[in-house]
Amino acid sequence: MTTNNGTTTAQATRNGVALRCKGLVKRYPDVVAVNGLDLEIKFGECFGLLGPNGAGKTTTIEICEGLNSPDEGIVEILGHAWGSGHDTEMRNRFGVQLQETKLSEKLTVEETIKLFRSFYKQGRGVEELIQLVSLEEKRNSRVGKLSGGQKQRLAIACALAGDPELLFLDEPSTGLDPQARLSVWEIVEQFKAQGGSVVLTTHYMEEAARLCERLAVMDHGKIIAQGTPTELIHSLGADQIIEFTIEGELDHNELLNLQGVRGAHKTEEKYSLTVVNISEALPALLSLIERRSTNLITLTTHQATLEDVFVSLTGRMLRDG
Amino acid sequence: MAKAQKELKDTQAKKEPRSMHPILELTLSRLKEFWREPEAVFWAFIFPLLMVTALGIAFRNVGPTKVHVAVEQVSQSLDSPEQAIYKALAQSSDVAPELMSHENAERSLRSGDVPLVIRIPESARSTTESGKVPQNFDYRFDPTRPESRNARFLVDDTLQRALGRKDVTQANFETKTEPGARYIDFLVPGLLGLNIMGSGMWAIGFSIVSARIRKVLKLFAATPMNRTHYLLSFFLSRLVFLVLEVTAVVLFATFSFGYTVHGRLVEVVLILLLGSFCFSGMGLLVASRPQSVEGVSGLMNFVMMPMWLMSGTFFKSSKFPDFIQPFIKLLPLTALNDSLRGVMNEGVSIFANWDSLLVLAVWGFTSFVIALKVFRWQ
Repeated sequence: MTTNNGTTTAQATRNGVALRCKGLVKRYPDVVAVNGLDLEIKFGECFGLLGPNGAGKTTTIEICEGLNSPDEGIVEILGHAWGSGHDTEMRNRFGVQLQETKLSEKLTVEETIKLFRSFYKQGRGVEELIQLVSLEEKRNSRVGKLSGGQKQRLAIACALAGDPELLFLDEPSTGLDPQARLSVWEIVEQFKAQGGSVVLTTHYMEEAARLCERLAVMDHGKIIAQGTPTELIHSLGADQIIEFTIEGELDHNELLNLQGVRGAHKTEEKYSLTVVNISEALPALLSLIERRSTNLITLTTHQATLEDVFVSLTGRMLRDG
Repeated sequence: MAKAQKELKDTQAKKEPRSMHPILELTLSRLKEFWREPEAVFWAFIFPLLMVTALGIAFRNVGPTKVHVAVEQVSQSLDSPEQAIYKALAQSSDVAPELMSHENAERSLRSGDVPLVIRIPESARSTTESGKVPQNFDYRFDPTRPESRNARFLVDDTLQRALGRKDVTQANFETKTEPGARYIDFLVPGLLGLNIMGSGMWAIGFSIVSARIRKVLKLFAATPMNRTHYLLSFFLSRLVFLVLEVTAVVLFATFSFGYTVHGRLVEVVLILLLGSFCFSGMGLLVASRPQSVEGVSGLMNFVMMPMWLMSGTFFKSSKFPDFIQPFIKLLPLTALNDSLRGVMNEGVSIFANWDSLLVLAVWGFTSFVIALKVFRWQ
């Protein structure tokens, strides 16, 4: 860090908190978008906010970025609260990528990065930023000619222009193909490796599992579970999942009473059982289906994932509206 | 752990100071964005030139034109009174008569093809010697049309003389057509003013609303970018285009129509700068809230329409009734056109129209301050 803001960083580093939200509430005329939310993100940590669309992730992250003001509660970034006279200093120290930004199509990659770089007191060189997101060959291309993945990398380069300590990413890989997603993840991992802290929202479990040290699952403006990915999966109390569809219906309690089954959910036509012991649960399930004389249509089993955590917490799939 | 992080940061820190001032970077991006939009360049540069050409040709001065009038023809005889009137009028250098049937004459008068119809009443027909101009005839015309009144005077004068009226005095005519008094001379400063208003408002309005729709404004607001810098960059980029637009129109008018600037060039430039400042401010204000292109277009037209009509670009604003004159005087485009005409055409000092300059400055400054306050960043 530089000498002028070295002290504040040292203080913030001492208590180890890059971002703190306390009792955030944001009400809109028709909906309470954020409903009493507490968060604490440590330095050097990548923290993921998970949740379906409309869960309040974007509102929360925009309140943190100072783009939206909460009706109640406070946000502290790198030791300062919004409106405490340090707003510009705070903005100099974090970087932002927004979900729906479309950068000017008429400017080139290099011109765009140079523009963003000029907003920050200090930061990385334009050259370094271009390399960081591997856009060397596209340096003189207009933004309008870039692919979705390249545009997203450019957006992240702009967010990194001020060499931030904290990076906000709002669904950084939504809409990207697997290859492009991977290269976004690599940039984030590189940023983390250099000691940066990250707050990211996503509805890709794979992304959360790979990038985040800690996660919070959000639904209806509240955090309904928090922990490391492993902790969250263990919280299911089971490590296998059986998913199946049948002709007709099965009774929920009957499913719960099966041997080795910890939980049962039904989303649309698909039943999903969280099980401790698959070698007991599977035959029990099959014999139940036999007794009810219905036919099995599909049946799959897999290791429990974050997606299952989400389904068991909310009764919905992550990507549902 | 915290210490390790700090060390990592220090070794990695390749912090470079920023290269260019954000205002310059923002202005430069603005210019590039505009320059790379071929349509925008067309409307800003080529369109005004086409307008000067078209209007310059349509209203070029081609010597005094004769007034076209109709003489109603009832009889086909060569000795008829209408023939006599026709011959008398045809000798005049100011009148071009045409014999028409009653229906044709009425139609031509109604459609404005002729400003005046001469008709011989039945009573005069019987009492007139054949081949002579009758003692009595009717003029049919619309007194609210200036060209009709003009035609009546010319026709009446010619016919009275043909009937033997003697002029009591002989005046000498001294005629002269000077550059500066032509329509094109009136037009050039007005078009400059109109162009500064139009291109300033549209260019600023659209790029701001587009940036708002694309959420670029929101992203900018999340960076430490100084928000005043952002708005100021619009003033600066307009100034660059101002120089190009004005030079194009003035040079074109000079070479094609022999237009000359009578006043001092530096004063013209000062007025243009002030005008550009004024309309950039108004453009920012108009664009400060709308969230759609339709919204900003409507607002823009609402703001500009009164000035298109009343600010004296194509015709003198003194044609409007007296009671709205104070309102017209307060319109920024009127102020710009008046002060430009003063210096460019009349060659007076820039301060001769100090009140117009004040109007421009107040509009520009107030708009900018309000825009900064009410600006919607997302």
